[in-house]
Amino acid sequence: MKLHEYQTKGILSEADIPVPLGDVTETSEGAQRIAQELGGQIAVKAQVLVGGRGKSGGILVVDDLIEAGRAVERLLSSAIKGIPVKQVLLEQALSIKRELYLGITLDRERGLPVVIVSTEGGVDIEETSQALPETIVKVYVHPCVGIRSYQFRNLLKSLSLPSNNHQEFIQILEKLYQVFWEFDGALLEVNPLALTNSGRLVALDAKMIVDDNGLFRHPVLLSMQREELDETAEHQARQAGISHVPLEGSIGCLVNGAGLAMATMDVLELFGGAPANFLDVGGGAKPERIAVAMSLILGNPRVRSILVNIFGGITRCDDVARGLVTALEMAPTRVPVTVRLAGTNETEGHRIIEESDVTVHLAPTLHAAAQMAAAAADNG
Amino acid sequence: MAILIDKNTRVLVQGITGREGEFHAAKMLSYGTKIVGGVTPGKGGQRACDGRVPVFDSVAEALASTEANTSVIYVPARFAVDAIFEASDAGISLVVCITEGIPVLDMVRTRAFLEMQGTQLIGPNSPGLISPGLCSVGIIPGNIARPGSVGIVSRSGTLTYEVIYGLTQRGSGQSTCVGIGGDPVIGMGFVDILRLFQEDPGTSHIVLIGEIGGTGEQHAAKFIREFVDKPVTGFVAGRTAPHGKRMGHAGAIVEGASGLAVEKIKMLQSCGVRMAQYPDQIADLVVGA
Repeated sequence: MKLHEYQTKGILSEADIPVPLGDVTETSEGAQRIAQELGGQIAVKAQVLVGGRGKSGGILVVDDLIEAGRAVERLLSSAIKGIPVKQVLLEQALSIKRELYLGITLDRERGLPVVIVSTEGGVDIEETSQALPETIVKVYVHPCVGIRSYQFRNLLKSLSLPSNNHQEFIQILEKLYQVFWEFDGALLEVNPLALTNSGRLVALDAKMIVDDNGLFRHPVLLSMQREELDETAEHQARQAGISHVPLEGSIGCLVNGAGLAMATMDVLELFGGAPANFLDVGGGAKPERIAVAMSLILGNPRVRSILVNIFGGITRCDDVARGLVTALEMAPTRVPVTVRLAGTNETEGHRIIEESDVTVHLAPTLHAAAQMAAAAADNG
Repeated sequence: MAILIDKNTRVLVQGITGREGEFHAAKMLSYGTKIVGGVTPGKGGQRACDGRVPVFDSVAEALASTEANTSVIYVPARFAVDAIFEASDAGISLVVCITEGIPVLDMVRTRAFLEMQGTQLIGPNSPGLISPGLCSVGIIPGNIARPGSVGIVSRSGTLTYEVIYGLTQRGSGQSTCVGIGGDPVIGMGFVDILRLFQEDPGTSHIVLIGEIGGTGEQHAAKFIREFVDKPVTGFVAGRTAPHGKRMGHAGAIVEGASGLAVEKIKMLQSCGVRMAQYPDQIADLVVGA
């Protein structure tokens, strides 16, 4: 789950990590109030979960509260990279001497957190790793041990920070590391960690992605997620125990198992089809969950063909068939539905479909089913 | 022949009195797996699976009364890590964790602990493993597999079943099928299993099934080039997956070029692995090899 900049900064601030003074608002009146309290120049930052906000006009600096109000009004009626701006963060604009990069993430292969720093702050770290890889230093942290003093020394040496900022840097990094652990972080990025003209280190921008698997133990984060997703299809899907990712194509997919769902999308592409979604109904799905999944797919106006691919282990093909029939009886559609059922109770599943009034095309293999579904999307 | 599990495997089922544990324990028993005990704290003294399996309060107690060497975990995510630690601490040498949804940072600590203890872990978020005709530990359906000499190592669940079934239908039985799981930080990885298949006289052909995310397939490719002289056939799912989105599995997310399916496919191919374009092609490639 991605957190907004203001949410991440809220967490950092609670952990005594220096962030610019500021507050978030959803109205231009709120913006004026905040600007008045802050005084001086104000940085106005659209709160959208995409990178490159600055280049897309999502970050502005204004001189007074009137400009702040106008800027926020404009932002709130606009979209950044297709995402509508609902909240804006206003902060004291600071005079910056240097910008550094500081990030903490997980190295999957080693199974260890890794601290990444670079002198190239304020730019995309992926770009830096292509253009100036020698400026990037990584330090792997053993969970039983934490960040050692020699590791701090290595990092500081590579950053050439003034010596009177050394202790400050060490404290900020230690606290960031603690936040990373405490909040089940997948990525915690401070970019830039700025050295102000007055000689202080400040987290000028901060971004955190938290592990979805850890959300159950962070009620605060869970409520942030609820706000974000409330009416979307993804939320409904999640509630029903379905993994769902919307895509650009026209063939709706319903599969049991993440790897099989990805493979199903891949095979569709081989036949010239484009998946409209990734959808994993999970193991042992009962008819109700299958019906929810089908409604999700049927609710997408771009869908011109549907492919259901089930290889049942604990999932029973008769349960899937019942769910499909229910969904199609409730919401009859002219969209062609191709179904492949294999594994547990496949004969019973076929029987249920054949004896129902709904029209689906049964296919014996994933390969055949994908071919049929792709052709059906073309003909539609 | 087989790797990791065979007819000498004696299994404890952690979480045996829960819905998943009970259901799958019964399936394993009917497959012929030797389940010697179950563990559910607070339910020690009961019997599970129609009275066939004694239940204990702890793994240590179970080990005092049985000769278990393997444990399989069907415990909800918030308690699963504790179950893994407990099994390892008590001296179980192979722990198989089926549970999905374990926080990744918990697994970081768990993996470090298990390395210190020398405990082998399969999973988490794994369907388990099966040595057809000998033993099944997990949820892989027994009826799709047949004994033979193809070793399978996979990050997926049902996609693995698809491949097992395809091979069985073509008369290519399997030595052992191992689901290493779909999470970002896991116990035994591709390289660990490939090493075992290379050393196993009963495995003559290896199938590797990967997904987007991480660099496990790339490490596997290098290992294959250096150390594996048996033919390897592979498939990587997720060519059509977008960047930055979790595709079901916690580990199936492209977060940099190395996570892309096309990068993994290229690397595996360059190291001598025959890559299938679609799952049904794997059996063709294995049989034709």
